[in-house]
Amino acid sequence: MAIRRLKHTRTHAHACMLQTPLDDFQEELVIRPLHSGDIYASFQFRTVWDADFMGDQKVSHYRLFPKSLGQVITKFSVRELHISFTQGYWRTMQWGQPYLPSPPGAELWVWFQDTVTDVDGTWKELTNVLSGIFCASLNFIDSTNTVQPSASFKPLGIGNVTDHSFLRYATLPREIVCTENLTPWKKLLPCGSKAGLSVLLKSEKLFHSTFHSQAVHVRPVCQDPQCRTTSMELRQTLNVVFDLHTSGQGKREWSLFKMFSRTLTEACPLASSSKVYVDVTDNPQFELSPATPLLTQAVVLGDRRTYSVYDLTQQASFGSSRSLNMLLRWKAADGEMLRPLLHSERYVAGYGLQAGEIHTLIYNHHPYRAFPVLLLSAVPWYLRLYIHTLTVSSKGKDNRPSYIHYQPSKDRERPHLLEMLLQLPPNSVTEVTVEFERALLKWTEYTPDPNHGFYVGSSVISALVPSVVAMDTNSTLDRPLFSSFFPCKEEASYFMRVYTEPLLVNLPTPDFSMPYNVICLTCTVVAVGYGSLYNLLTRTFQVDEPSPGLAKRIANVIRRFRGVPLL
Amino acid sequence: MVGVPLWWRTTETYRAWLPVNQINELAELQVCLCYRSMAHWTRYVHPVLGYQAGCHLRILNEILARDHSGDDTLSVLHVEADLSLHTLSASPCGSVVVYVIPETSVLLPQGVDVYIGHRRTAVLRMGAPMSVGKNHKQLLAHLEPRITQVVQVMSFSHTDITAALSDRVRLSPGSKESLADSMRSFKSSPGYEITFSLLNPDPKSHRLDWDIEGAVHSYIQPLLTKLAPLANFSIDSQILYYAMLGVNPRFDSSLEAYTLNADSLAHVINPVEARLGSNAASSNPVLNFLLYVPDAHHSPLYIHDHQKQPVASNAFHSPRWGGIMVYNVNDLYGRGETPLPVNININMEKVMGVFLAQLRLMLGVQSSPAPPGFLVEPCGGAGLADWELDRLMWSRTVENVATATTTITSLAQLLDQIGNIVINDNIASQVSSTVTSLQLAVAELEAGNLGFALQYSKEAILASERAFFDPSLLHLLYFPDDQKFAIYIPLFLPMCVPILLSLIKIASEARQRRKLKQSKKD
Repeated sequence: MAIRRLKHTRTHAHACMLQTPLDDFQEELVIRPLHSGDIYASFQFRTVWDADFMGDQKVSHYRLFPKSLGQVITKFSVRELHISFTQGYWRTMQWGQPYLPSPPGAELWVWFQDTVTDVDGTWKELTNVLSGIFCASLNFIDSTNTVQPSASFKPLGIGNVTDHSFLRYATLPREIVCTENLTPWKKLLPCGSKAGLSVLLKSEKLFHSTFHSQAVHVRPVCQDPQCRTTSMELRQTLNVVFDLHTSGQGKREWSLFKMFSRTLTEACPLASSSKVYVDVTDNPQFELSPATPLLTQAVVLGDRRTYSVYDLTQQASFGSSRSLNMLLRWKAADGEMLRPLLHSERYVAGYGLQAGEIHTLIYNHHPYRAFPVLLLSAVPWYLRLYIHTLTVSSKGKDNRPSYIHYQPSKDRERPHLLEMLLQLPPNSVTEVTVEFERALLKWTEYTPDPNHGFYVGSSVISALVPSVVAMDTNSTLDRPLFSSFFPCKEEASYFMRVYTEPLLVNLPTPDFSMPYNVICLTCTVVAVGYGSLYNLLTRTFQVDEPSPGLAKRIANVIRRFRGVPLL
Repeated sequence: MVGVPLWWRTTETYRAWLPVNQINELAELQVCLCYRSMAHWTRYVHPVLGYQAGCHLRILNEILARDHSGDDTLSVLHVEADLSLHTLSASPCGSVVVYVIPETSVLLPQGVDVYIGHRRTAVLRMGAPMSVGKNHKQLLAHLEPRITQVVQVMSFSHTDITAALSDRVRLSPGSKESLADSMRSFKSSPGYEITFSLLNPDPKSHRLDWDIEGAVHSYIQPLLTKLAPLANFSIDSQILYYAMLGVNPRFDSSLEAYTLNADSLAHVINPVEARLGSNAASSNPVLNFLLYVPDAHHSPLYIHDHQKQPVASNAFHSPRWGGIMVYNVNDLYGRGETPLPVNININMEKVMGVFLAQLRLMLGVQSSPAPPGFLVEPCGGAGLADWELDRLMWSRTVENVATATTTITSLAQLLDQIGNIVINDNIASQVSSTVTSLQLAVAELEAGNLGFALQYSKEAILASERAFFDPSLLHLLYFPDDQKFAIYIPLFLPMCVPILLSLIKIASEARQRRKLKQSKKD
């Protein structure tokens, strides 16, 4: 806090005559070597602006905060906005927990201010505008894939809003993330891709990876420890996992240049802090060069980790070569990874094209602590859930959820929403199954490639997981960005969100030439019927004499031959 | 028999009724509209003159009587007269009151025949000496050409209307200059977004601060408040870092400065525009004003015009887009000892003066040079006189009416030509509300109620745009005939076979019968 205060007074000194709201920009990169030999890089860019977006006065003069996003927040009275675009699925059992989880595809959830009267209309307009800003198909978000979770998505910023009628949540599991989404995302940064950590964000390397996720989080935060005034915080995060075999050519050796084909030469001049962290908790296994004397400890995801810090605002970090290209080289390939405490799987079971069953498995790997989790699944209307078949069992025994919120679907209007509060017994697998029936779609409702199947978005598991070490509850302490996203209220546990795999379900798919075949067939039948009727009506009937028999004809031929009169 | 109406009913496209006749009438009406309103206009002035001439002369004399203390007050006399005449008779929007004063009056300075104030009043000196005995009619006939001249300056003239209609109606092409003038200002729109952007190409060498909020409040806002009846304006600003110009300025060793030529200015905007970002939250046109502060290695930077002379304001504007100003700060750097980045506070008065002038151009508040003998009060704090606003409102109303008429006529034409388009009820209601608003606007124009006319014309334009760009029009737009053919051919082809066969049979029977008849005749 002291540092932040100091910086504020410094900025204040030369801007005192302006009276403009103060803003502050920080950038950060965390590199975590993974046990599988892959490498995980997580960027966070944070802009905090002491402007009151929720007041009556219109915010219109922007400095570091991007204008395009600010205008959207002002116009649609958005309180919190969280949007993520992800390509690939995060493998929790191999890689551990991500700093910021996100489901495959696109996810958008928004808390509106309580002054909004027509929330659905505003949501529709907002998704259309956001789809323009991020070049994504967010305009496909409509009432059939939007839900209002009652408990799973609480505001992450300040504010004790509990009325979930101002919350909208939607996922597009099919969304494909590529360069055209990265460019507008980079445009929101004050330094663009010209200076600082963002020079590393080159699409040719970023999208040559096994996992890529970029997100934008806007929320109101406290300006001071007493929380008298609020500021708007914009966090832009980008997480990427580079594969050992495709990007690393199978060698357990990573450098900034190998990952991003760029090195760092300077910090963004607008940033008040610009740091690179490398997770060196498992350091005996690998060596890091250039070595840095700066080490810091942070409690993140229930574990105390040690990080080497490179401060880019200090010229010394760049050394004599004036560029920073840190190198990680593994000495040994073995080592045990700390098993994630919470993890889940989901799949579709059953056979045939009529009925099926969704299985969700939630693993609690904690040896002796039970903890509650909130499970949210939003299922499209064309899978008709039989909610009476819902069973929850752990360790072979029935496990009654203490809270169930179920909103049945309406055909072509809204999806199923199922939220449950489950108690996970220690060291157990909890299985949630529900049967469903596949609905028949109208022939215009099929996607262009219907045989690919239909996606069902990830289920969301939100939990307060018991922590091994005491968590930092002081939210105003100057902590690394990656450890300060989810607010932490108590020392003994930390908040975590896990997304399951999205499902791919085959629906009964008709032969699309069928309508034409039917037209042809019926028309032919009609035409044949018409033809015979027509014939019947237009033909004239005459009495015809029966033709003479064969013997008589032969006899006549002989008679003609002889010149005798015919018979 | 049963099948045909059923088939007809199920395959027809829904088309709501549209007031096509009225739309066609509107298209015809348009040309005579502006002239009629203008003719009415002059008629409106005459009675004012007729009955007010007497009593107002008295008032002016009073002012003179009160204020003839010395010569130094003489110069402000006409200003005060303007004010007190205004307070005396609050003239409605769109009207002009002309006061005629005797030839010998000292109210106006020597050599000035007409004085136009801040409001909707003009003071006209009676021309040639007039004997009092002449009758009313002759007096009016004498004054008429001069009053027409005053009115043309203060409300609208033929060229203004032509300029307003230049996009819709192709009238006789004027000179290239006037065409450029008419293209410069923005099209009429219900709202405008004004964006001020500060371009900082090198945040490492200088850190810029601009008090945009205060500057907007003191320089731009008064003008926009005045223009509020015309359109909604929203102002925002941003600072863009690492924003470069599209061209590399040339170093001119004789000036020891970098120069941008007029020819290369066209290439400056494009790369910057990618960074500006459009306003996602509205679809109004955006007026961009950019302030470019060149970095230490490329300054000072001067803009040169076509004659290779430096432009005094160091700024240029792009028609219907906005303006760019280059702000050199190299003299603020000191002697190289100051640590980078240097903190620089921008002198907003200098910047806003340029941007305000550009904004006036963009909005079409052009001050055409007054005819000789006219004294036009320079615009004061508000930046816009009442009659200038009226002038703008006249041309905007006519333009709105023209635009809405063109839109609605072309929509009607389109719907007439393409039979597959579905016309929903809401489109029909938009179209009819457009037509009603247009008729009302025209009626108000003819009655001289400018404020209402503008209001109705805005409504008309909104409704017509909504109808024209309604997405439901597109649903069946592409439904080619060969698809219909493909659906019907399996039915009609087999059905044709017996019919054709029987036709052939009938023909052959007829031929046989004829042959038989012929042989019988023989």
